[in-house]
Parts: sequence; C-alpha cells; structure tokens
Amino acid sequence: MSLRLTARGLCLGHPGHPVLDGVDLDVAPGEVLTVVGVSGGGKSTLLRALAGLLPPLGGELLADGRPLRGPGAERALVFQEDGLLPWRTVRRNVELPLAVRRTPRAERSGPVADWIGRVGLAGLERRLPRELSGGQRQRVQLARALVGAPRAVLMDEPFGALDAQTRAAMQQLLLSVWEKERCTVVFVTHDVDEALLLGDRVAVLGGGTVAAVHAVPYSRDPAARSEPAVAALRELLLAQLSGAGRPVPEEGSP
Amino acid sequence: MRPPRRLVRAAALLASAGLWQLLTSQHVRLWVRFDHLPTAVEVWRAFTARLGTAEYWQDLADSLRRIGGGFLLAAVLGVALGVLTARSRWAADLLGPVLEVVRPVPAIALVPVAIMLFPENEQGIVFITCTAAFFPVLVATRHAVRAVPPLWEEAVRTMGGGRARVLWSVVLPGALPGVVGGLSVGIGVAWICVISAEMVSGQFGVGYRTWSAYTVLDYPGVFVGMATIGVLGWATSGTVELIGRRLTAWLPPAAAGRSAAPAPVRPAPAVRPARQEAGV
Repeated sequence: MSLRLTARGLCLGHPGHPVLDGVDLDVAPGEVLTVVGVSGGGKSTLLRALAGLLPPLGGELLADGRPLRGPGAERALVFQEDGLLPWRTVRRNVELPLAVRRTPRAERSGPVADWIGRVGLAGLERRLPRELSGGQRQRVQLARALVGAPRAVLMDEPFGALDAQTRAAMQQLLLSVWEKERCTVVFVTHDVDEALLLGDRVAVLGGGTVAAVHAVPYSRDPAARSEPAVAALRELLLAQLSGAGRPVPEEGSP
Repeated sequence: MRPPRRLVRAAALLASAGLWQLLTSQHVRLWVRFDHLPTAVEVWRAFTARLGTAEYWQDLADSLRRIGGGFLLAAVLGVALGVLTARSRWAADLLGPVLEVVRPVPAIALVPVAIMLFPENEQGIVFITCTAAFFPVLVATRHAVRAVPPLWEEAVRTMGGGRARVLWSVVLPGALPGVVGGLSVGIGVAWICVISAEMVSGQFGVGYRTWSAYTVLDYPGVFVGMATIGVLGWATSGTVELIGRRLTAWLPPAAAGRSAAPAPVRPAPAVRPARQEAGV
C-alpha cells in the first residue's frame, strides 16, 4: 500500500522569500522519484515539506489525494547523517518508530531483528552509533525508516557523505529492499549518476521550481550507463543543472 | 612506567599536609603568619577525637540532609524550568525576567528573607541551599536544551511522535550532558551556601559547629570543620560526576573526563536499564 504524493502550485520557504514556487509534482505509488538540483536549490526544502515538517506557504500538498497535514509515520524520513539518537543502541534506534506508535514490546523484537538482519547489521545490535562506520549508520537509518512499514520513504542525500564504494553498496541495498517493499521513494541527491541509477524518473529543481521531469530508460542497471539513451539523458541533466539558477556556487559536485 | 594516578593524588594531599605541618610547627612568619594556626598534627588529633563523638556524626547528618533536600529540589526545579523556558516562548517571556532578576542575588543574601518566610531555621537553610543550586542547573539545562540538534526532534516527529514523546525521547536525553554539568556546578555552590547559612542561622550542622569552634577560640576545631566540609564536598560532587558519567556513557570517550573514580570497564551494560526506562 504505497502512497501517492502530489504537489500543486506548491510554494515553500519563508514568508516573502519563497525558496520554491509553483511546484507541480506527482509521485506515483511505488515509484522511485529522484530529485536533483544545485546546492541551495530547495531539494531539502521540498523533502521536508513532503515529510510534513514544513507547512507550505501556498499551493497544495496531497497524500493519496488528501491534504497533507504535519508529519506522520506513513512517511519515513532518512537524513544525510546524524539522524540517529546517539544514546540509543542500534537495536533501540531501529525500535524507536515502533515505540513511538506504542507497539507492544513483545511485537517489536521480530521486525527489529528482521530489519537489522536485512540491512546486514546482525550482531551489532548493542553498538552505539558512534561505534559504527558512516555506512553502517546509514544502514541503521534505513532499517529504522522501514521497520514501521511506511508507505513512502523520503531520503535526503542519504549516501552523500559516504565514500564511493560504500555508496555503491548502499545503493544496491536500497534497490534490493525497494524491490521487495515497493514503497514510494523520493530520493534527493546532487549526484546525477545516482539519480539515474535509482530513479524511475528524475525531477530537476532549478530556478525556484521543478524545471523538468524525465523518465529514465534502463534505470537500476549500472551497465546501462553506456546506453546512448541514458548517456544522452545524463548530458541533458548536467546541462539543465548548470543552466539552472544557482544561488550558491557549486563546488566539488561530481 | 608512570606510577598509578591514585598514588600520585594521595601523595599530593599528603605533601600539602606536610607543608602545612612544617610552616605551623616552625612558626613561620613571612608576610603571612603561620604561628597562630594549629599544626596539621594538632588538627589530626582533634579530628580523630571528634570522630568518636556522636555530636560529630549528628552534625554531619544534619548538613547532609539539608544539602540533599536543597540540591534534589533544585535539580528537579532547575531541569523543569530550564526545559520549560527553553521550549516555550510563553514560559520564557513570563518566567525569564523574574528569574534573571533573582539570579544575581547571592543566595546567602536571602538569609533575612528565609528567616521571615519560614517558620523554622531548618526550612530556611534548605531554601537557601536550593536557591543557590537552582540557577546553575536552570541555566545549564536551558542552554543544553537549545543546543539539542533539531534533526533528532524532526526524526521523532516524522515517526508520528508528539510533544511529550519528543520531550521524553529526544530533549531530556539529548540535554543530559549539559544538565550534568549544571548539577556538578550546583552541588558545589550548594555546599558553599549550606555552610554559610548554618554559620549565620543554623542550629547544629558542620557549618554551625565550625563557626562555634571559632567563637570559643578552638582553632583545631575550626580546621576539623573545614576538613570535614572539604571531604564531604569532594565526595558529593564526585558522586554527582560519577552518576552523570554513567548516564552519558554514550558520549565520545574524549568528552568523558578521567578521574580517580573507577571508570566502568564496560559502560554499556551499566547504563542499559536506565536507557530502557527512558525510552518507553
């Protein structure tokens, strides 16, 4: 039961200083939509609004056609880093969404152990976040996001701080999890290759709105990177990103 | 290899007692005069003699009860009001100015107020002790709560957590390291004020006994009182530190100070029951 997320004429930011304006976007149930854009272009703002943490200044934000009001457990959020509670062990971090919704203790241990295993952290249940590597911490975040069976997962550059190898492993982990769960995923990244690998569609943020949305041919196939259609789309995305209004000069972006 | 740190610490204490003995027994008169002060040996004799009296232990119990009551009250009030003023603009606007005006007044200056307010000296002393310890706890808590990364709160809110859940699962544990710092300062200030208050208005208690020893020219007795305060103060702040370190064992090791107190070899199991309670 995955969620449809819709934005119509959405305006976000501070009153008088909208970061995004006139955003129209429709994320189909079970789809992976990747969102690319330059730094400061409003990617995180959009994601926080979808999570319900940021009330819109104007326009409509709908979940399954109903107005989206505030945060809710059916939309899980994954942060770039430091989203874990550092005083909680791996197990108790993963358990947190179930504790928040008052699942009886006896019914928590099953899904918690299951998800810790699925993200490959079995045996590390008693570790504290500081005793884990950056990649392991993101695995915990993934398990924590999915343990409550959310209908949509919102990810804010979750692999942005990882080294290339770990990042590739995490991308494969995310895809294998998504293949089974088929929840709606909105994945924000500044990395065009990551956006093409993971997304069914790629939305480009630029000039304070959604500049374009492209369907990805051959997505989720690293080998398809050399396909002319993918290569052409990659060039197009890079061109759109560099042509987009850039409030902050881009540095070190791949 | 370096000698054990406890040995070094004990040696430092002994050496300063030795220096004391040397200065006083030789009647050293530089600009400051040591010839009127009791020697370390005299103080030690008076101390061991006092240890055998019931009166000494009664004084100790009186002072400990006063500081225990005042400090616990201050800890609860300080944390509660600190969280409230940090999290609610209404509370900050209504309580903030009052607290800021009262805060610079030294707690010991409240002795007349305490005498007028309370029917018995006893309650007045606890009141003064509590006021003294309250402000460090309040200020530390307020800062610590404001410094909790908003990300943690947002994480819990996106799980569907409300205000109470955020408070219990994020704000309180997240602010705990700062609160522990405030408690540590607070227990020290509480000792200063309980002793001063006992000297001014107390009946019984270590401070009262120290002052009354001075009034009858029992100088070794004064130093017995001072040594007692020193040891008790050290023991209580050490206890607060130890409990604080256990509760914040999740902090990176660099942030947790080293001390003579036996560090838990495996910090995690010692803390787990507390964490489980805090997480419900």
